[in-house]
Amino acid sequence: MSLVQFLVLGAFMFSLGVYGLLIRRNAVMVLLAIELMLNAVNLNLIAFEAALRTAFAGGQIFAIFVITVAAAEVGIGLAIVLLIFRNRRSANVDELDVMRW
Amino acid sequence: MVHATDGGWLAQWAWLIVVVPFLAMAVIVFFGKRMPRKGAEVAVAAMGFVFVYAAVLLILNITQGVIYEHSVQVAQIGSVSIEWGWVVDGLSTMMYFVVGTLSFLVFTYAIGYMKGDVRVTWFFAAFTFFAGSMLVLVSAPNLMQLIVGWEGVGLASYLLIGHYWEEKENSSAGMKAFYTNKIADIGLIIGAIVLGTAVGSFRYSDILDAAASNSSVLVPVAVLAGVLLFIGAMGKSAQFPFHVWLPDAMAGPTPVSSLMHAATMVTAGVYLIARMYPLYAGMASDMRVLIVIIGAITLLIAGLLAIVQDDLKRVLAYSTVSQLGYMVAALGAGGYTAGLFHLWTHAFFKGLLFLTAGSIIHAVHSNNMSDMGGLRKRMPVTFWSFTSASLALVAIIPFAGFFSKDEILATLGHSGYTWAMWIGILGAFITAFYMGRAMFLTFFGTYKGDAHVHESPAVMAVPMAILGVASLVAGWVNIPGVYEGFHHWVAVRAITFPSFASEGFDVPVMLTGLGFAIVGVIVAYVAYFRDADTQFARDRIRIPVLWPLLEHKYYLDDLYLAVLVNPIKGPIARAVNWTNSYIIDGIVNGAGVVARLVARFVYGDLDQKGIDLAVNTAAIVTGSAGEQTRRLQTGKVQQYAAMTVAGAVLLVIAIVIFT
Repeated sequence: MSLVQFLVLGAFMFSLGVYGLLIRRNAVMVLLAIELMLNAVNLNLIAFEAALRTAFAGGQIFAIFVITVAAAEVGIGLAIVLLIFRNRRSANVDELDVMRW
Repeated sequence: MVHATDGGWLAQWAWLIVVVPFLAMAVIVFFGKRMPRKGAEVAVAAMGFVFVYAAVLLILNITQGVIYEHSVQVAQIGSVSIEWGWVVDGLSTMMYFVVGTLSFLVFTYAIGYMKGDVRVTWFFAAFTFFAGSMLVLVSAPNLMQLIVGWEGVGLASYLLIGHYWEEKENSSAGMKAFYTNKIADIGLIIGAIVLGTAVGSFRYSDILDAAASNSSVLVPVAVLAGVLLFIGAMGKSAQFPFHVWLPDAMAGPTPVSSLMHAATMVTAGVYLIARMYPLYAGMASDMRVLIVIIGAITLLIAGLLAIVQDDLKRVLAYSTVSQLGYMVAALGAGGYTAGLFHLWTHAFFKGLLFLTAGSIIHAVHSNNMSDMGGLRKRMPVTFWSFTSASLALVAIIPFAGFFSKDEILATLGHSGYTWAMWIGILGAFITAFYMGRAMFLTFFGTYKGDAHVHESPAVMAVPMAILGVASLVAGWVNIPGVYEGFHHWVAVRAITFPSFASEGFDVPVMLTGLGFAIVGVIVAYVAYFRDADTQFARDRIRIPVLWPLLEHKYYLDDLYLAVLVNPIKGPIARAVNWTNSYIIDGIVNGAGVVARLVARFVYGDLDQKGIDLAVNTAAIVTGSAGEQTRRLQTGKVQQYAAMTVAGAVLLVIAIVIFT
């Protein structure tokens, strides 16, 4: 198992997340894509620590931080999506262009 | 150099003589209407002061001789120094006394004469202004101040002649006087400038010094200046051809005629020549023949004109012109004393003649002798005063005019102007004739009018009586061989000249003059006395060609009207008006139009289109840029995310490439 394989996987997952972020119409699906991106980053971090144990010693700890922040972020994100849905009866992000010129 | 003192404090304070009348004028102007006599009392008081001071100065000059002069610089214009001052010497004190005495008596008389007039306060203010200006004129130590006084009396003359301006002809008479004087003043002013610039100073002492010492700076201009100053004198002293204003000036109230146009103002020209005598006796003596000619012409033609007048005041006016001709002729012939002596006596008797004329006119309410007659019994004081003055004018011994006129005739004879002497003797006949005519038509015969005729009140009668006595005694101050006081009085001056001695009694000349005068009276008696109560008495003598010529005043007025007045009133005035309306106003309006066009261009094109365009364009560009830039803000989060990702990718690529 070499490091590159994990990094490629991580890149692939991150790309999928970016794709989903830009394309998906449903707000919940966008949040899902964001989670995917965060997980990809976690994978990168763990892979680097596994490969470079002495040079990069804080990878696991950093991953724990990321998970924590992701959890908080999801909580708030979903709360916002919920409120939008209550006001508009739709979670379509294409319709959320009130703050425009 | 004459033996004289400097006059002490009396001379140093002599400026009061000039200033007091002007102070009085100010008081009359501001407070006159509220006073019981409407300001007349202030005027008479001021003239009383002048009279007393002048009498004191005259006595000082008689006993000791006074030569004093003081000047104060008022302004400096380039190299010309403008000064104000006063002179006290023989000539000045004589003039102060004449002005002071006549002013005081005539002002007193005027209180009665002008009573009830609608403009009494104004009259006395103007009259006082006149007296002050006349004193400025005779007290001046330099030509500039003389001109100030000269113009001042000219203005006063205009104002007072036009006193009854409700009648157009009265104001026209005032204008005629002013214009005629003004034309002659051209000579005076240019003459003063010529002398002043040649010598470098306008003071008499400097100019006459240069004249007396035959200074080289005066050589080219002496005769010219003499002629020019004489032209100025001709205007003020009514010499031919500038005499036309004086008869018409009779439109003014009689006190004005008496004081100004008999005794004082018209003598200003004679005074000027006398003051400038070192010039006339020395360097400018070549032109004196002109003075004699003009004087002789004047005395003759004016005397003839007096014969045909019906208006009493006009007889006296022409008589004044004629007597001024005598004075001027005398000065021209070298008779400094003779001319001034006649000025002195003439002031008294001619001033009185006008006062009596005023008294008669006041009583009869008419100027014309055809409305008079038989007034001898009803107005005794007037009659006897008139008689005294007439005898003086006609030059019957021992009245005043005899001595002065005889001296003039003797001077003319002895200085080679025999033809002028014979004209003077003929003039004596004419004078006697017209005065006799005036007296007989006015006082004898029966009264032809219907007014209630009575003697004038005391305030008018007393001055007349005083002057009546003066007409008798004023000549006794210069009896050649007996008492030559006057000659010595007026010889007291700073700059003397080749002395012309007072003429002795030239018995043949004297008897001839006296004889002609008596013949004149007799002819007048024959012509007018016995038929004096006939309506046609005044036309009893009527020489065919001569009378119409005289009645039309030699057509001189018509000539002046046609040649001078109407061309200016008509074509020239219209041309000037046209030039003003179209050319000058055109230029001014054109400037306005151009300014407006320029403003319109600057506003419309430069400001609105040019500068505003630049400013607006900058704003528009900024606006458009903003307009376009805001389109980025779509509100769509996914789009923002897309742009972020794209930017991040570019950044990564850049880092990879450049490291």
